[in-house]
Amino acid sequence: MDLIKLERIWKSFGSICALRNVSLNIKESEVLTIIGSNGSGKTTLLRILALLEKPDSGKYYFRGKLADESLRGKITLVPQKPVVFRGTVFYNTMYGLKVRGFKNAKEKVRGALKKVGLEGYEKRNAKLLSGGEQQRVAIARALAIEPEVLLLDEPTSNIDPNSIPAIEKLIRELVDDGMTVVVATHNLFQAKRISDRVVHLHEGKIYSVGSVRNVLEEPKNEVTRKFVLGELYY
Amino acid sequence: MILETATRTLELLTNPAVLDITLRSIRVSGVATILALVVGLPIAAALALLNFKGKEIIKSIFNALLGIPTVVLGLVLYILIAPNGVLGYLGLLYTELGISVGQMLLILPIIVSFVVNSIERVEREIRDLAYTLGATEFQTSLALLREAYSGVVLATIAAFNRAIAELGIALMIGGNVFVSGGRYNTRVLTTAMQMYVARGEIEVAIALGIILIAIVFSISLLSNSLQRCYGLDKT
Repeated sequence: MDLIKLERIWKSFGSICALRNVSLNIKESEVLTIIGSNGSGKTTLLRILALLEKPDSGKYYFRGKLADESLRGKITLVPQKPVVFRGTVFYNTMYGLKVRGFKNAKEKVRGALKKVGLEGYEKRNAKLLSGGEQQRVAIARALAIEPEVLLLDEPTSNIDPNSIPAIEKLIRELVDDGMTVVVATHNLFQAKRISDRVVHLHEGKIYSVGSVRNVLEEPKNEVTRKFVLGELYY
Repeated sequence: MILETATRTLELLTNPAVLDITLRSIRVSGVATILALVVGLPIAAALALLNFKGKEIIKSIFNALLGIPTVVLGLVLYILIAPNGVLGYLGLLYTELGISVGQMLLILPIIVSFVVNSIERVEREIRDLAYTLGATEFQTSLALLREAYSGVVLATIAAFNRAIAELGIALMIGGNVFVSGGRYNTRVLTTAMQMYVARGEIEVAIALGIILIAIVFSISLLSNSLQRCYGLDKT
C-alpha cells in the first residue's frame, strides 16, 4: 500500500492557481524529489502534504485513511527559509519532543545534532548562527521527533557547498532506516544523486513521475524534456 | 551657560528634594508601565491570535489612540475623577496612583499596538513551525508570545519613556503638589520643569530636563545592550 495518496488536488490563492488536479502516490521508505521551476507549486504541494494548507478540492490519504491535522509531527516540514526559535540550539532541537511530552530526551537531541554535524552546538544561540547552520538546526529539530515522513523544501539552498554531500548522505541514510523523504528542489543534479523517484511539476501540474532515468535522463514528456535541457524559461 | 548648567545639574543631583522628585517620576511611570503590561498583554495576545468580528476595528482604535494628546486625556480623566465626577469616589485626584492610572491609559495603546505587531510579524512562520513539530493550538500560541519577546521589551521601553516624559496628565491629575518631607507629594520631573520655567528659573528646568533625558537614554541603552548580548534583537 502507498504511504501517501493524493487524488485530484486543486489549490488556488486568489486568482493564482497553484496546483491543478495533482494526483500522486508516495511509497514508504523512498526519496521522492519534486522538481520544477520557481512558482511551479513545489512549496504549496509540500505545505499540503505537511497539513499546513488545505486543498480547495481533492483527497489526501495517509496509510489509506483521510489525512487530518493529528498527523502533524508524524509528517514534518523543514521550510526553505530556516526558521529558528529564540533560544539555544538545544531548545530548538528539543522543542518538538517537549510539546509531545518528552522531558528527558537529551540523547535524541544529541543524536539529531550529530547527524547534521552540529555536535557541541547545544548551548549556542540559534539566532546568532549562520543561515546554513540554522538550516541544519531546522533539519535536526525535525529529525529529533523521528517523523514518518520528512518534507524538505530546498534543503541545501542555504548550506555551504562543502556541507551539501553530508546532507545528501543523511537523506539516503534516513530512507535506509525506514523514513520517507520528500524533497523539493530545482537542482537537477541533486535530484539525480538522491532520488528514488522524481516528480516534475510545472505551473501547478504534474507532467512526469517516475525513476531518475525516466524523468531526468530520458524524459518522454515534452515539457519535462525542455525543463531538463534548460529550454523552459523561468 | 553650559558649564553653569552642568554645575547646577551636579548640585541638583545631590539635592534630596530633586532625588525625591526623580524617584517619584520613576516610581509613578514604572507603576503605570506595569499596569499597562498587565492589562495590555492579554488584549494584544487576543487581538493577534484570535479571529473574531470587529478585531480590525479594535486594532485601528488602538493605533489611532497612539497619538492622543496627553492634555486631552488628562482633562477627560480630571473630569471623571474630580470629587464630583463619576469616578470621584475612588479618590485618585492629586495622588501618585491617580497619575499612574492616567499614564497607564496613555501608554496602553503603545503596549497593545507594538505587541500585536510583533506577534503578527512572526505569526505565520512560527505558527507553521510549531504545527509541523506537532504542537497544539495552545502550545503554538505560547511559542508565538515567546517569540514576540523583543517586541514586548521594545513596547515596554517606549511606553515607560512616553509616560515619564508626559506633562498633561501629571499636571492635571497630580497637581504638582510638593511639601518638603510631605507624604502626599505628586511633583514629578516634568511638572517641576514646567513650574521652574514659569518661575523663570530656566537653569533648574534645564538641569531637570537633563536628568529626565539621562533616565530615558539609560533605560534604552541598557535594554539594547542586554538584547544584543543575548541575541534577542535578531528576530
